[in-house]
Amino acid sequence: MQDSSTTTPETLVTADGVPLKQKLIQSTRRARLRALLLTLPLVIFIIVSFMIPIGQMLLRSVHNDTASSVLPNFAIAIQDWDEQGLPPEETIKLFVLDMQEARKKREIGRTVGNLATRINYEIPGSRSLFTSSSRKLARVTEGPYTEALLDINKKWDDPVLWRSLKRATNDLTPYFYLAALDMKYDGEGNIAEADELYQIYVSNFWKTLRLSATITFICLVLAFPVSYLLSTLPLKTSNLLMILVLLPFWTSLLVRTTAWIAILQTEGIINDILVFIGLVGEDGRVQMIYNQTGTIIAMVHILLPFMILPLFSVMKTIPPSYMRAASSMGAKTFTAFRRVYFPLTLPGIAAGTLLVFILAIGYYITPALVGGEDGLLISNLIAYHIQKSLNWSLGAALGTLLLAIVLILYWLYNKIVGIEKLSFG
Amino acid sequence: MKIKHFLATSALTAGLALAASAQAGEITVVSWGGAYTKSQVEAYHKPWVEKTGNKIVSEDYNGGIAEIKAQVEAGNVTWDIVDVELSDAIRACDEGLLETIDPGILPAGADGTPAEQDFIEGTLHECAVANIVWTTIFAYDSSKISDGPTTMADFFDLEKFPGKRGLRKGAKVNLEFALIADGVPAADVYGVLETPEGIDRAFAKLDTIKDQVVWWEAGAQPPQLLADGEVAMTTAYNGRIFNAVAGEDKPFEIVWDGHVWDLDLWVIPKGTPNKDLAMDFLAFSTATEQLAKQASYISYGPARKSSSPLVGKFHNKDIDMGPQMPTAPENLTNAVQNNFDFWADNADQLNERFNAWLTN
Repeated sequence: MQDSSTTTPETLVTADGVPLKQKLIQSTRRARLRALLLTLPLVIFIIVSFMIPIGQMLLRSVHNDTASSVLPNFAIAIQDWDEQGLPPEETIKLFVLDMQEARKKREIGRTVGNLATRINYEIPGSRSLFTSSSRKLARVTEGPYTEALLDINKKWDDPVLWRSLKRATNDLTPYFYLAALDMKYDGEGNIAEADELYQIYVSNFWKTLRLSATITFICLVLAFPVSYLLSTLPLKTSNLLMILVLLPFWTSLLVRTTAWIAILQTEGIINDILVFIGLVGEDGRVQMIYNQTGTIIAMVHILLPFMILPLFSVMKTIPPSYMRAASSMGAKTFTAFRRVYFPLTLPGIAAGTLLVFILAIGYYITPALVGGEDGLLISNLIAYHIQKSLNWSLGAALGTLLLAIVLILYWLYNKIVGIEKLSFG
Repeated sequence: MKIKHFLATSALTAGLALAASAQAGEITVVSWGGAYTKSQVEAYHKPWVEKTGNKIVSEDYNGGIAEIKAQVEAGNVTWDIVDVELSDAIRACDEGLLETIDPGILPAGADGTPAEQDFIEGTLHECAVANIVWTTIFAYDSSKISDGPTTMADFFDLEKFPGKRGLRKGAKVNLEFALIADGVPAADVYGVLETPEGIDRAFAKLDTIKDQVVWWEAGAQPPQLLADGEVAMTTAYNGRIFNAVAGEDKPFEIVWDGHVWDLDLWVIPKGTPNKDLAMDFLAFSTATEQLAKQASYISYGPARKSSSPLVGKFHNKDIDMGPQMPTAPENLTNAVQNNFDFWADNADQLNERFNAWLTN
């Protein structure tokens, strides 16, 4: 008896003498590893198709090494320039030599044309200065290089141009975020607001938020009664109704959007009916599409199921006896709805509005097809910079801002509603 | 064993594919679609396929160099030869996205003139060879407007000619049209546009019709807009309107006043695996006979001088093609060539302003 109090209690061991605890850890670890391996394809998929592209987007929005890779030697030398007057002859010599080298090598992404495009963002009209000077510089073999450059084009005699070049040689630049917020560098290198006539992005961000909020609100108003009906009707009828809700959900997005074009356009069905019954004249056909109205109508229709489904799944779980209990205790129908039923649907409302709002804020194809000019959202401007103007860095900056806005809204939402209350059914 | 077997089969397949490509290659030719691509298929693709036994995959796009840039930078070039506008050809060439083209591979003219003298001045570039001269005009439906517009100013005159207007979405050409309508002679347009006041003036003129404009993007849209009665008049590529008139008997009229002409050129994206075939197709399609033949399918002017005398009638109708060409002297009384330098410099900025103007 005394023995057992002084020695450690005997540990349980398995048949092969390994402590049981260790064996247990081993076997659970193996099970966990197996589970992890099963999710591995998904993890890899998410990393490759989601994390890496988003990382690249973030990088591209602040990192642009065009200038320093086209003009590697000049990029180092220009850092010592005090930004007054022209850079010293020695620096300009390096500029000329780097330009000649870039023209000779014509490396994809590192040509004089790429540099010209980069500087042209900040100083519109300087693109041809770079490309045409580069052609003529091929003949310059000896100094003084400053003089040779000015002989080719007087525009090189402008400190503003050289300041912009110096700024561009920094690989990390806030320029694209400035542009995305309707700001720019002035001639002195200070941050200033862009000319009013060129301001487009900030107002478009607001418009995107406003339209998304409107769409979400309309979806909620429309979806609430439908979901209620779905959850209270007998199974047979509610199934039929559910199919009517899901049918458009299963139809191609493009088909639904173009169907709205056919219905809403000035020569379309609704206008034809209005003219036929004499409500409007032949000249008074109503413009319902290719504007904000068209965007709202089509997007509400497309996003409606995302509101109905979470609402329905929550309402389905609310026992009808609650409402009966409320009335039996003397509540009028509306009071019973307001105090009992409505609060119980809040998790569904929260999920539905979050889902619809976040989908709406980044929606691209529908506004592109039916938005006309004033119905375009920020995603359409991003697409414009990716596909047309080829200013990918600005597109990336706009995309990152959009992502940031979504994350901030999500955080706010979590603070106000609480994400744990969400129920997607 | 399994891996070995797999390797052996794939090597065999690759070998077969190589052998097949040596026998008959395939190139992807990208152009603007609709009546224009059809004219190229008749005049270039079919004869080339017949002569060489190679295949052509024809793809459509709406212009710009976004796809070329994406393909070249990703090192995965699937477009072998592309029909682009001049300002795009020059920008893409500057950025190193295109193969350089040796004019020596181009055949001499039918009369023996070397290619470099046979092509109209300004149509041969370091990385591009022009095939046609095209232009943006405006057109109306003469069955709906009897006493039709005759000048660019009429296009902007909503009192004299009420109704919607179709314009290409973008700053290019629209700013020129606005200034010409505001009384600037076509030849002086770019001088005025170089100044900030000139740009303000152009936008102010566009403002006067802004709420009546339907914007189009693809070249096939304007004839459709006119036919549907969606617009009273629209700017359009001249060949598209001509083909609607000649091919589909539409009652459309072209107004040549103030038109802004441009070039379409073949370019070859850098790094295409089918470079040799693409070069061969390029040289073949820009020969005297092919360019002249194309002009019998669509009213765009051939880029070679030696092709002009061969231009005859529309391929299946008794219509003389000569007077339909953008370069016909009577059509050039008030016209200007699109200034690629101006647009290379200012497209970014002016499109930004155009977009801001459009949405506000």
